[in-house]
Amino acid sequence: MAAMTPTPASTAPHAGTGATAPAGPAAPGTAARPRRRPRPRVWRGAVLLLAGAYFLVPLIASFVFTVHVPGQGISFEAYTQLLSADGFTESMLLSLGLAAATIATSLLLAVPALVAVRLGSPRLRPVVEVMCMLPLVVPPIALVTGITTVLRWGPEHLSRTPLYQTFLAVQNEQFPVVLVLAYTVLALPFVYRSLDAGLRAIDVPTLVEAARSCGASWPYVVLRVLLPNLRASLAGAAFLTLALVLGEFTIASLLGFRPFAVWIVTISGAHARMSVAVSILSLLITWLLLLVLSRAGTNPATVSSAPSTSTSRKES
Amino acid sequence: MSPSTPTSHPEGTAGGSTSRRRRRGPRTWLAALPLLAFTGLCFGIPLGAIAFGAVTQTDPATGATRLTGEHLARSLQGPYLGSLIGSVQLSALTATVGGVLGVLIAQAVVTSRSRALRSAALTASGVLANFGGVPLAFAFIATVGISGVVTQLAHLTGLGWNLYSFTGLTVVYLYFLIPLMVLVIAPALDGLRPQWREAAHNNGATGWQFWRHVGLPVLAPSLLGGFVLLFGTAFAAHATAAALVGGSVPLVTLKIADALSGNVLTGQENVALALGLDMILIAGLVMAVYLPLQRRSARWLR
Repeated sequence: MAAMTPTPASTAPHAGTGATAPAGPAAPGTAARPRRRPRPRVWRGAVLLLAGAYFLVPLIASFVFTVHVPGQGISFEAYTQLLSADGFTESMLLSLGLAAATIATSLLLAVPALVAVRLGSPRLRPVVEVMCMLPLVVPPIALVTGITTVLRWGPEHLSRTPLYQTFLAVQNEQFPVVLVLAYTVLALPFVYRSLDAGLRAIDVPTLVEAARSCGASWPYVVLRVLLPNLRASLAGAAFLTLALVLGEFTIASLLGFRPFAVWIVTISGAHARMSVAVSILSLLITWLLLLVLSRAGTNPATVSSAPSTSTSRKES
Repeated sequence: MSPSTPTSHPEGTAGGSTSRRRRRGPRTWLAALPLLAFTGLCFGIPLGAIAFGAVTQTDPATGATRLTGEHLARSLQGPYLGSLIGSVQLSALTATVGGVLGVLIAQAVVTSRSRALRSAALTASGVLANFGGVPLAFAFIATVGISGVVTQLAHLTGLGWNLYSFTGLTVVYLYFLIPLMVLVIAPALDGLRPQWREAAHNNGATGWQFWRHVGLPVLAPSLLGGFVLLFGTAFAAHATAAALVGGSVPLVTLKIADALSGNVLTGQENVALALGLDMILIAGLVMAVYLPLQRRSARWLR
């Protein structure tokens, strides 16, 4: 923290003049102002310029890397050959399938629980919150050590019981359910935060009572009253989960499956250009999804702040 | 549902709505049950396996299990201790640098009166903070790797630059940590109302005095919270490092991955569990600091 202390202080002159200049024309310090005013512009410009360079150069350079072959000129082969690349379609479909299953599972688990907590079981609230936030404390790499240990129990201790079949089924190569379970655990904190923010914005008990006294059935209340009001936060939760699953590498690679992120690493040796091209595309897709989401969402504040929380696990 | 029920939150129940809760309680409790059962099973069991495996030793011959501190002790010795220290050093360095730069950028964005710049910067931060893992590593390899575009243009190798090192990893981590800090700290900087600054100036305070007595105390929880969040993020990161440096930088996440996927000896596996437990303890400590701070700083952000 000590290293951080000087930071805001150094911004003081800039911030001070920036905010007071329009508001205080009669302020006594006018003599000092002409001298101080140019500084913030320069300071701010320099900071933003340097930041822009740091964040743009890798993107531009990566793009140049994918289209420019030294000695041969410009070629878009890395992009055009992508669809026919060995394993691309399979790994992408696997990742999308896992993402769909994870989104469905986490929403089906979290929506009823959170609505219930709002409606009639406030005492359960801290329990649900702690259960949902706890996965933040466990890094994915630590979680995967636990999962491999548990999966090893199957052959060791349970080979004579019907549970053994379950252990085999969740590790099916075609569709590893174990990954869906692990991703749902990782996604819960973000789903919880997104839904909690959405529920906080609407008065659930009033809405439900109004609908019920108008004669609506319970399924109708949930499907036609509550869920439409939660559209933005449901979309936010789904987006965060999608981003998390598409980018997840640690758990899948250590459990020996090959979804999208693992596939990029396996091809990077032989097809360096293609792996970089896919990396750029994944950034663009994320960007587009976020833009669509912030347009669709009625509450941009939750949208723009929500992805920040997702990083703490998604970077894995 | 009864017409007389108060519409306020159920938490504030008086005698009137206790009957409602009693009537509705069991049913709503059931709706939360799947979630609780799921986390108990899919999160609790692996967690229990980590804790159990880290402190026990099963004899392969007899199958007898006994309690031992050996794995935890080994996880705090030699190369394992080195990897823990390496991870903590890298996380502390990147969190400090990323925090300082993030605050500078956020302040530049927040105090700029251009709404377009502001929304563009915050959206970009949201995306870039998510741009981690494997794709980020490849983008940097293409940029400043051995045959990267910038490396070739600027002849960085001659200047002693090496991406696959502690310094290189720091530069890469900052790419997602700085935007994360911007996202975390921008609302707090917004919460510093111009009126406070005006009040301080009208009372004759200098810029430095304002920050010393008003700005910093108000921002302190958010700053510390941001630092801790960055630390935790960098500490838990594995994919970026795995795709970038392989094993040349000692990091605890890489050591765990080695122990899990390499030629697995029984003892080594339990050391991986012990390392996992070490990580959970450190990350738990981080979150125990972060969550209360976040709650405290939320007071100023309304």
